[in-house]
Amino acid sequence: MKSHKFIKTWLFVPIGIFIMLFWGCEREITDLGPAPYSNNPEVFIDGFSPGLNYAAFGGSNPAAFDVDEKVTYNKSRASMRFEVPDAGDPRGAYAGGVFFTTEGRDLSGYTALTFWAKASQAANIDLIGFGNDLGASKYQVSVSNLPVNSNWNKYYIPIPDPSKMKMERGMLFYAEGPENDKGYTFWIDEVKFENLGTIAHPRFAILDGQDQTETSFIGVSKQLGGLVSTFNLPTGADQAINAAPAYFEFVSSNESIATVDANGMVSVVGGPGNAQITAHVGDVVADGSLTINSIGSFQHAPTPPHAPENVISLFSEAYTNVPVDYYNGYWAPYQTTQSADFIVDGDRVLHYTDFNFVGIQFGSPPVNASTMTHYRMDIYLPNALSANAQMRIEIVDNAGGGTGLHTFTITPAQAQQWISLDIPLSSFAGLTSRNALWQIIFVDVNGNIPSFYADNIYFRK
Amino acid sequence: MKAKFEFKQIRIISILLLLLVAFLSCERDDFQKLEQRNWQLVWSDDFEGTAGQLPDASKWAFDLGTGEGGWGNEELQSYTNNPANISTDGQGNLVITALRNGNSFTSARIKTQGLFAQQYGRFEARLKTPYGPGLWPAFWLLGENIESVGWPQCGEIDIMELRGQEPHVIHGTIHGPGYSGGNPITKSFGLANGRFDTDFHIFAIEWDEDKIDFFVDDFLYQRIERSDVPGEWVYDQPFFILLNVAVGGNYVGFPTPQTPFPQKMIIDYVKVYQEVN
Repeated sequence: MKSHKFIKTWLFVPIGIFIMLFWGCEREITDLGPAPYSNNPEVFIDGFSPGLNYAAFGGSNPAAFDVDEKVTYNKSRASMRFEVPDAGDPRGAYAGGVFFTTEGRDLSGYTALTFWAKASQAANIDLIGFGNDLGASKYQVSVSNLPVNSNWNKYYIPIPDPSKMKMERGMLFYAEGPENDKGYTFWIDEVKFENLGTIAHPRFAILDGQDQTETSFIGVSKQLGGLVSTFNLPTGADQAINAAPAYFEFVSSNESIATVDANGMVSVVGGPGNAQITAHVGDVVADGSLTINSIGSFQHAPTPPHAPENVISLFSEAYTNVPVDYYNGYWAPYQTTQSADFIVDGDRVLHYTDFNFVGIQFGSPPVNASTMTHYRMDIYLPNALSANAQMRIEIVDNAGGGTGLHTFTITPAQAQQWISLDIPLSSFAGLTSRNALWQIIFVDVNGNIPSFYADNIYFRK
Repeated sequence: MKAKFEFKQIRIISILLLLLVAFLSCERDDFQKLEQRNWQLVWSDDFEGTAGQLPDASKWAFDLGTGEGGWGNEELQSYTNNPANISTDGQGNLVITALRNGNSFTSARIKTQGLFAQQYGRFEARLKTPYGPGLWPAFWLLGENIESVGWPQCGEIDIMELRGQEPHVIHGTIHGPGYSGGNPITKSFGLANGRFDTDFHIFAIEWDEDKIDFFVDDFLYQRIERSDVPGEWVYDQPFFILLNVAVGGNYVGFPTPQTPFPQKMIIDYVKVYQEVN
């Protein structure tokens, strides 16, 4: 009996050593609590992983996706096959859909979605990624124009900030149209999330990495664009990804001047004063910033004094405007002028930035201004001006009436306040008739007017 | 009797398992059990210059230009002594920067030729590599008699080379007469889940009259002994040190539009030791 007990005790020795053998080098797991969501990294290895569903996008060929047991990566049991239709295929114009789970997964322990892919021909998959959950898709990430060819290659789509991926349902999505109107087939296999130390050098940017400064007013809102995310893949090559704004955390240096919400919408709330808007993704500071120089309360353009029946209006809230083709023609290749129009307290204001010249066109139908006597416009130059700032206004007739030019000087003292121009049409040299006016062009004569606002643009008598 | 037998069995199993633990445990293998050596520092550069300063001219000379046939390898870069390509960063590092300007590239290559050379000892550098397809950083040695006997008779010891398209793998290599160019004695060392461009690593050789041992972070991954060399053993004379970042060439291939520039090799220090008894 005694010896039996002794042996029983001794039995633990080899068992203990056995455990040491297998667990000796493992990390401590005692610190980890139970995961509330599955952290299963597998999406499609040899079939759908647990809980995975598929839904085709509207307008796509719903039969584009199928499981293929013949063409597989590394002789595995099955792969995902995607048949891209020819252009004009009545079943759907493209292949596209979402692989999603009904329960969220905790993917915060992974750094990338990886898969192997090949295609029946060299092609670029229009869009492929994860984080599309057929709902808000808050943490969607994709790669545009992913090149595939007839060899199996491994692909990586990095997760910008894995700590956000606590309950993700969007495992994989894709959208691909025909190549040169022709359909083809591509295969994807071994789709899984991985924790890769070989993905490095995350870089992020807002405003395409530019440091911008804007003069602004209380009430003006502006959406931060130009969000860029780039990672270096295990191949040493850079990969740009399309990361949802929710990965970016936006910060205002002075919330009493300007606030910024989670989606990157900047709102000017106070002034005079400055605020700098920056962003970071996880611990990585994004390149680019927006400095708001708030002048304070918006000074609206003066209310136009003329009776509506004496006015042909192109841009004003005070009158009914005639049809206008555009307020910025983005005339290539020499125009640099961009538009950053804004609405403040319901008042829409044209804002031309990077100004060299810009045209407004209203040719359908042209305006018969033969009974009008004056051209009227309010402009506001938000930047400090140098001494010889000159603007030229050109009015163009589309029926042989020529182009009328009028140049005027704006003094430094006139900056940062509304200037109401009321120019006799007779002052537009070269305009011989005005039965079919269709364009107005603004020109920065000496190249020293970086931007201006415009409001209440009309002809009057 | 049966109980006694069982006990004996358990004892045998225990001993066997203990032996298994001893062999399969987290320890490095016998290969890593190196004899104790007494290394004495004889030459070093910690790159303590102010930001934008060229490397110490009493320790380093420049190789400039495009060399003959792209330094014999069809390399694309032109080497300069411009601080934009090579300078200390004010934080104790030397930075070699490869720059792209359209289809041309500039970079830098420095050497201790004529200033310092040593036969045998430990040569080490702590550095972070550049990355990207077509980038080719190196920390290497050449035989001091290269001017008189030429290459490969002078011998070459590549302590660290990396192909930017494989930023997780470095290569340790020797070139000599009969085993050079595309046919050297070489071995690679890869990080399982990391890269050499994201953190500093220490690359070293320990070299004596019998052998050259190659280390990454003091892990011995290659030993080349006299008897391993198919040609002449030319490693019984002083060698000088080189550091460079090449772009393109027949070892690494060419940069692609996805290769990010500028690319930097950041060198914390270079140290040379001699064994003392």
